[in-house]
Amino acid sequence: MKRLGKVWTFLVFLFLYAPMIVLFVGSFNDGRDLSEFEGFTLSNYLDFFADSGSLRLLANSFILAISSSLAATLLGTLAALGIHAMRGRMRRAVMTLTNIPLVNPEIVTGVSLSLLFVFIGRSMLGSDQVFGFGTLLIAHVTFNLPYVILSVMPKLRQTDSSLMDAAQDLGCTPLQGFFKVMLPELWPGIIAGAIMAFTMSLDDFVISYFTYSPNFSTLPVEIYAITRKPVPPMYYAMFTLLFFVILVVMIGMNVIQARDERRQERKKLRGV
Amino acid sequence: MKKVVSVMLVLALAVGMFALSGCGEEKTKLFVYNWGVNIADGTDDYIDVIELFMEEYPDIEVVYDTYDTNEALYTRLAGGGVHYDVIIPSDYMIARMIREDMLSPLNFDNIPNYELVDETFKNQPYDPDNEYTVPYTWGTVGVIYNTKYVDEADIGGWDLLWNEKYAGKIIMIDNSRDAFAIAEARLGYSLNTEDPDELRAAADLLAEQVPVLQSYAMDGMYDLMENEEAWIAPYYAGDAMMMIDENPDLAFYLPEEETFNVFIDAMCIPANAEHKEEAELFINFLTSPEISGGNMDYIGYGTPVSAAKEFMDPEMANNPVAYPDEETLARGESFIALSDEGTRLMEDLFNEVKAGLGS
Amino acid sequence: MKNKLLAGPYIAWMAIFTVVPLAMVAYFAFTTPDGDFTLSNFANASEYLPIFLRSIWYALAACVICLIVGYPVAYVIAHSGANVQRVLYLLVTLPMCMSFLLRTLALVALVRDTGIINSFLGLFGIGPLPLIRSSGSVIMGMVYNYLPYMIMPLYTVIVKLDPRLIEAAQDLGCDSVQCFRRVILPLSVPGIVSGITMVFVPAVSTFYISQKLGSTENMMVGDIIERQFKGVANQNLGAAMSLILMLLVFISIGLMNRFTDDDEEVATI
Repeated sequence: MKRLGKVWTFLVFLFLYAPMIVLFVGSFNDGRDLSEFEGFTLSNYLDFFADSGSLRLLANSFILAISSSLAATLLGTLAALGIHAMRGRMRRAVMTLTNIPLVNPEIVTGVSLSLLFVFIGRSMLGSDQVFGFGTLLIAHVTFNLPYVILSVMPKLRQTDSSLMDAAQDLGCTPLQGFFKVMLPELWPGIIAGAIMAFTMSLDDFVISYFTYSPNFSTLPVEIYAITRKPVPPMYYAMFTLLFFVILVVMIGMNVIQARDERRQERKKLRGV
Repeated sequence: MKKVVSVMLVLALAVGMFALSGCGEEKTKLFVYNWGVNIADGTDDYIDVIELFMEEYPDIEVVYDTYDTNEALYTRLAGGGVHYDVIIPSDYMIARMIREDMLSPLNFDNIPNYELVDETFKNQPYDPDNEYTVPYTWGTVGVIYNTKYVDEADIGGWDLLWNEKYAGKIIMIDNSRDAFAIAEARLGYSLNTEDPDELRAAADLLAEQVPVLQSYAMDGMYDLMENEEAWIAPYYAGDAMMMIDENPDLAFYLPEEETFNVFIDAMCIPANAEHKEEAELFINFLTSPEISGGNMDYIGYGTPVSAAKEFMDPEMANNPVAYPDEETLARGESFIALSDEGTRLMEDLFNEVKAGLGS
Repeated sequence: MKNKLLAGPYIAWMAIFTVVPLAMVAYFAFTTPDGDFTLSNFANASEYLPIFLRSIWYALAACVICLIVGYPVAYVIAHSGANVQRVLYLLVTLPMCMSFLLRTLALVALVRDTGIINSFLGLFGIGPLPLIRSSGSVIMGMVYNYLPYMIMPLYTVIVKLDPRLIEAAQDLGCDSVQCFRRVILPLSVPGIVSGITMVFVPAVSTFYISQKLGSTENMMVGDIIERQFKGVANQNLGAAMSLILMLLVFISIGLMNRFTDDDEEVATI
């Protein structure tokens, strides 16, 4: 039974990773076709580094992901604190609002935002070029917010409300109390939310597709356009490089997290 | 955890600086919106037209974007929220855009090379007074097929695209106007018919074709045809030449008896363009014989500037696919813009055919 | 009391960028291009009923397959040693960070008639097998893309199951099948619901997967909506179809959430 489970898990991982292996191999392929290996070359990598356009797109995607996740984290953490203080019908109403972008199909979110932006641009700003970094940022913050809130809320529920009272009894102002007592408790939730927002934003295609402009486009949007034409193999090289960068970052975060957890356990043991 | 945050902050800072460094020099941004795979971009040792333009005019930065159908171009512009400075639609779409005040008249003082454009490409029905356009390419729509798999006896007409022998290996062109034109040509109608009954009959014929199709595609067919996933597709002559370059087993023909579309793609400036003068410089640059010649060598279409042939690879300049003889061309028909009702009916019918709802 | 105000900017943001845009979709759905009231967009949209049904059927099939395929994987991960668990979990989440467009393209290169698998089988004189351009291949594409979204919430739930409950069940005479059916499965329901939500919503509205892996007969709602906004300038029909799609999704999710009581944990990640 156990062996069967392991074999199954292996097969599922094979299924998940086979296409990526195809892309890795394709990145060293001399030909353009992914299914036919015509000889080993590194020129795809050289092409990628020589191509200012794709580097620009990569930078755009990172700028957007970082700024939208930071903004969403700030706004979302405040919102979580606010929602935590709410009760009853109001709380339920706000949580429903929070769930809308989560359960709404991306294409509908994208379409609805593009209609709004064009309307604002045409009838309020008198401009026919509203799309760009600003609209992408707004769109990304909007779909990122729920992720931040949903990862901060559980931490708020776990935090003992008497902690704040105790801090204030000991002479902290509410603000000091918040920064010294509450924030350290919420930190893991905030970070998890920020990372979630960052990755969602970095890989978003559908919503960006409806709100980008040629002046500020992102990598996934451009890749979509490219996959409707013959794909230059340098994009396989880029994929491979990105894969390993993300792998290293994720391993790094995991190691830090593991060390943190061990330290906390030790602390707990000492406490006992 | 704090370390994760500091790592992220450092990353943010680094990327931010990278972004700012790009903003240092203030260049005029010229937004060019062209068909996919429709300009020489430096691959395979051909010239890089945009790079050459930016070398000639260092104050201008070309931002290049592509579409894959005239209808997508129209939708993007009509949808709003973005602007472009140069667009390259086909004849019938130009006429529609002029009708809807979407184009801006050109200042030909900035386009001296316009004089080099052949007289046959002037005073076209889509722009009778030569106010809005400078032709970029001309070409035909025919059939690309793979000689390895397709029997020579079956070629020669549009009916190959309905041939059940090749079911699952046929791709159909993915825009309403070109798809309907093929059905209309088979039925012997004008390619510009607006008669609802004729349009419905054409839609029925297209619906009959659905079971033998592999898919509908535009530039997506490059890969499919080149790696032989599909064997037969109707497409533009220039693109066909590029595919043949990549896979020599491919070949192209124009129907021997039926009519086919002959089109002109021309450069225009949308009414909401921001940098009209730079756009005119760009149009002028693309019309110069040397650039046009080098460009056509790559994209495989006909140049409207005869002087450009001097700068072309002679093999390309005399290629019968890019330059069919007079007799063949006489069978061709140009598109003119349909009325709004005709366009809408055609779009709706095509939507239904594609969705499998056609009768 | 004043803490509530902290949510003010957020509520304003969501009102402007979530509620107002949806109202605009509704406005477009009920008007002609000239802005007159009409119901004809819905009449047109209703012609596409078979496509709506097809999209829902594909998405449901993808959910069920993801659940059946993903549950054992989540279970195995949750019951591995701490370090193996960390590595496997990372391997599940990693594909989610990589471009799904390029990954799907590579999947196409694997399964098409002249693709890697069929060329390989061709060496032994087999095939080509019809692995692409069918309902099955579109559903496979969905499973490929959204499986991690199923495994993650399942894992989160299973890893928190109290082993003492299982021991207790065994002590009370349950065999392993009974134990799974009566104890483990009911306790994983929140993860299952959350996983199905996370697979169903993107699957039902996808357009890229059906474009790349489907044939003319596998077109989905997403394809048609995308076409109205990006291809043929018929925003009103597109808006009507978006509205219907959204309502369908909200209703399905509402039904699903009946299985769990906690309204705030819809998307535990």
